[in-house]
Amino acid sequence: MSLKIVGKSVQRLDAIEKVTGRARYSEDFFERDMLVGKVLRSPHAHALVKRIDVSRAQALPGVEAVILPKDLPSIKFPTAGHPWSLDVAHRDVADRLILTEKARFVGDAIAAVVAVDLLTAEKALHLIDVEYEVLPFVLTPEDAMKEGAPVLHEERPSNIVSTFGAQYGDIDAEFRTADRVFEGEFETSIVQHCHLENQTAFAFVDSHGRVVINSSTQIPHIVRRIVAQALGLRWGKVQVIKPYIGGGFGAKQDVVIEPLVAAMTLAVHGRPVRCSFTREEVFIDSRTRHAMKIHLRIAASNAGMLQGIEVKLLSNTGAYASHGHSIAMSAGSKFRPLYHFRSYRFEPKTVYTNLPVAGAMRGYGVPQMFFALESLLEDIARELKLDPIEFRRQNLISVGHQDPLTKNIVRSFGIPECIDKGKALIQWDAKKKAYANQTGHLRRGLGMACFSYASGTHPVGLELAGARIVMHQDGSVTLQVGATEIGQGSDTVFAQITAEVLGIPLDMVHVVTVQDTDITPFDTGAYASRQTFITGVAVRKAALEARDQVLAIAARKCGLTPDELDIRDCAIVERALGRTLCSLEDIAMDSYYDRIYADPIKSDVSANVRVNAMSYGVTFMAVEVDMQTGKIQVLELYNVHDSGVIINPKLAEGQVHGGVSMALGAALLEQMLFDPATGKSLNNNLLDYKLPTILDTPTIHAAFVETHDAAGSFGSKSLGECPVISPAPALRNAVLDATGVAFHKIPLYPQTVFEKFKELGKLSERSGDDVQHLSPARA
Amino acid sequence: MFNISVLQEPESLEAAVEMLRADPGLRIIAGGTDVLIRVQHGGEGWSQLLSLRNVKELEAISLRADGTIVIGATAPFARIFEDPIIREHLPSLAEAAVSMGGPQIRNVATIGGNICNGAVSGDSASTLFALDALLRLESAEGERIIPIHEFYAGPGKVHLRPGELLTAILVPRSSYQGTGGHYIKFAMRKAMDIATLGVSVICRVKDGAFEDLRIGLGVAAPVPIRCAEAEAYAIGRPVTVECCREIGKLAVKATKARTSWRASKDYREHLVEVLTERAVLESAQRAGGRHAE
Repeated sequence: MSLKIVGKSVQRLDAIEKVTGRARYSEDFFERDMLVGKVLRSPHAHALVKRIDVSRAQALPGVEAVILPKDLPSIKFPTAGHPWSLDVAHRDVADRLILTEKARFVGDAIAAVVAVDLLTAEKALHLIDVEYEVLPFVLTPEDAMKEGAPVLHEERPSNIVSTFGAQYGDIDAEFRTADRVFEGEFETSIVQHCHLENQTAFAFVDSHGRVVINSSTQIPHIVRRIVAQALGLRWGKVQVIKPYIGGGFGAKQDVVIEPLVAAMTLAVHGRPVRCSFTREEVFIDSRTRHAMKIHLRIAASNAGMLQGIEVKLLSNTGAYASHGHSIAMSAGSKFRPLYHFRSYRFEPKTVYTNLPVAGAMRGYGVPQMFFALESLLEDIARELKLDPIEFRRQNLISVGHQDPLTKNIVRSFGIPECIDKGKALIQWDAKKKAYANQTGHLRRGLGMACFSYASGTHPVGLELAGARIVMHQDGSVTLQVGATEIGQGSDTVFAQITAEVLGIPLDMVHVVTVQDTDITPFDTGAYASRQTFITGVAVRKAALEARDQVLAIAARKCGLTPDELDIRDCAIVERALGRTLCSLEDIAMDSYYDRIYADPIKSDVSANVRVNAMSYGVTFMAVEVDMQTGKIQVLELYNVHDSGVIINPKLAEGQVHGGVSMALGAALLEQMLFDPATGKSLNNNLLDYKLPTILDTPTIHAAFVETHDAAGSFGSKSLGECPVISPAPALRNAVLDATGVAFHKIPLYPQTVFEKFKELGKLSERSGDDVQHLSPARA
Repeated sequence: MFNISVLQEPESLEAAVEMLRADPGLRIIAGGTDVLIRVQHGGEGWSQLLSLRNVKELEAISLRADGTIVIGATAPFARIFEDPIIREHLPSLAEAAVSMGGPQIRNVATIGGNICNGAVSGDSASTLFALDALLRLESAEGERIIPIHEFYAGPGKVHLRPGELLTAILVPRSSYQGTGGHYIKFAMRKAMDIATLGVSVICRVKDGAFEDLRIGLGVAAPVPIRCAEAEAYAIGRPVTVECCREIGKLAVKATKARTSWRASKDYREHLVEVLTERAVLESAQRAGGRHAE
């Protein structure tokens, strides 16, 4: 089948709306007499509220309500954006209250104020008198697990959320008999999503007594469930509307602000209340990426054949569980279908500390894992004096590989071609030669790293998606999906799939971009790089059902069977002859107005996708390191992906650009810092938190190796999170190549690099080239 | 939403000075890129503002007949970077101007605000120190002119008297004529960042030797500083890599760097050494190049 629209770089549906500023985000909607809500936050990392006096705040003119924990239902709820589980054992940890009498991190929500405007609300916060009993606190998992450490949650006196792990094969035997056993410990830092649009929502109670919430969320249907759970409401009493959103990256795959804003409107008899976080609040009270310490042991032969791997992973989840251990489990499983390890042991620990809450973030634990794995593999290759690329290549799995634990099957495996392509694009061999025997204080190096990732969460999570199509009188259609457009371009891809199946041009597909839990088909939301792969299946199914209805009417009219007919360019054609029989519009009009058979064309389907497809890719990178200042510059970078069939190359490229820049930020500059004496964030703003600017971002080259995966709609696999995985280890390996220094922790912040160089006596590596800067004739 | 209770917007310098005399508690706001952050954070004493936005006479950049370059206090950084007088005579100040913030910030942030804010990381400060710039201050009592190195009192503090206003920055011809200069901003990002270290060098080279060398450092002490010992060492010595390296080492002696979560003392001192060396080398090349023409 030759495809007309799928596979083409059609313009994204929201392009004009977004660049002209007409696209409406949550803060662009207004209700009459909207009030403003603000949160009083704990200044202590760990403290009990002994006494709280709100009388002065309540007396301030313009203050409509002051809310304390005692005013709210005392129902602990889970916040993670996962589908509800009927199996109690599989549910997320319910450890959160909307407001708390026990602060567990600096910034924990103690009380809330609703007032007529922001200034009044802020003034009121200053008028609340709180007396705290300050408790000892812990900032690292190691400290949190010590005997006698302060306990964050009484339900878990060990401060450990979970140690559930996995294994297969006999890893101990492997380590006993292997030629070589390699070991390394790697560490990643706490970073933040820095989505452009801060968490924001408004809520009111409608005339039917239902709580209506308009929120910037990736997961409207899950938000409805969790708000209802947190407030003890019937789920049907909550309606969640998601307009355009300005980025999420996982920080909005969590319920952060919505139960609070619902509580705020309920506190003022249903009057509309808006609550928007500032950037400073987003850093400390939305979600962060888990800092992980990963200790790897790998058994291998002298010839460099990998045999067994042991992963000990320590994950810092902060003050509340949020996605908690799921992220460690993702880290420990998604790397497996890449290299052949015949035995494996995974020992993760997810631990509470008195820090901001870590949750889902693009890559879901996997970037941390690959930083460790691809760094150690590089070190092994050097140790065994093997070419790092050939070493990786000889250990790759192949098509047909079945993961011993998830039972997922690898049906397409394009990484060998990705490696070839990346190696050629960066001119690896030529650069290797050029970079030999460098002198001077600027040193160049080459590095690469591979990754694997999944498409959606099967078999761990439910992968249910919904789509609904209505055909209008002119043959155009409106498509509704429950999956959310969050900037990744999913609406456009769904329109392409619909247009392709129905034989109509793209401009005859209207996608409703707003999700509203009252009317939108059920879908768990935008996460896990699942939209094209999972929701695409539902959209295709809905389009095929509509197509069947069209062809049934056409068959009735012309006397041929549906099988003999097709829809091409808005016309019904006889397949064999290519003869046009009638227009699609004729059929659509019949469906509405035929006096006997009228029954408008529509479909409303769900797809429960119970397969997974592994995506792959590789980063190739050239860097230049300033041996004196510790600064690292990326000179050239290629990310080559096997994400199956690419439905929209331009959008796919955009995903790669965004993901790689995010990865480079975490590799080089970004880290949330905390005062060890207080636990307070030192840099919860965009000046002190060094999110790279466009000037710091190198030209990012994206390339694709298109395999066809039988599992996905039109052969596609995941892409959204993939680009964020391999750049950090590729960078670390390139720096190793350039300087001979192996780093074990990201970010490679200039001062960190300097300190390591100093320790190793590398700072004096200059001369030669430097002198040439000064032309003798001039001097 | 800002907590602003008073906003005075005088149309002339005279009116501004009079308003300040009447109410010395007014905070002066020019571009607002520093002041509005304080207002937003609800800082005490930041709700009553006097805006210089409409005092157009303070924006001008001019070259007086005696060769003095006069930079109006509210000249925005974008204008300084683009100004032909600055580009011709004070190229290192243009470098400093364009290193500041991002395009939007440079369009509104003013050089006077950058100085009066008293931040040791201010991008213009180290270059104005190296240029031996003078500040013209005005109040109801009249005008006074002081060297910039007498203006800084401590982190975020300057010697601005109550009711006093910075009106212009003056760079005499003797400070810049025949010099080469270079500003290195060392920051974690290439834009939208504050300097970890700012090094600004002005020098004259004659017959291959340093005739004059001035090194201004930002973020190397509680206030911007000059490096007297390093400067003195250079005079009369031939411009060589070794000499520049020694200058870098001596520059560290002038510093009073401290460890903060942003950077350690050790790292800052190391940066002073290597970046001063680089800035001196580059300035000498520029000075030498000009000399040769």
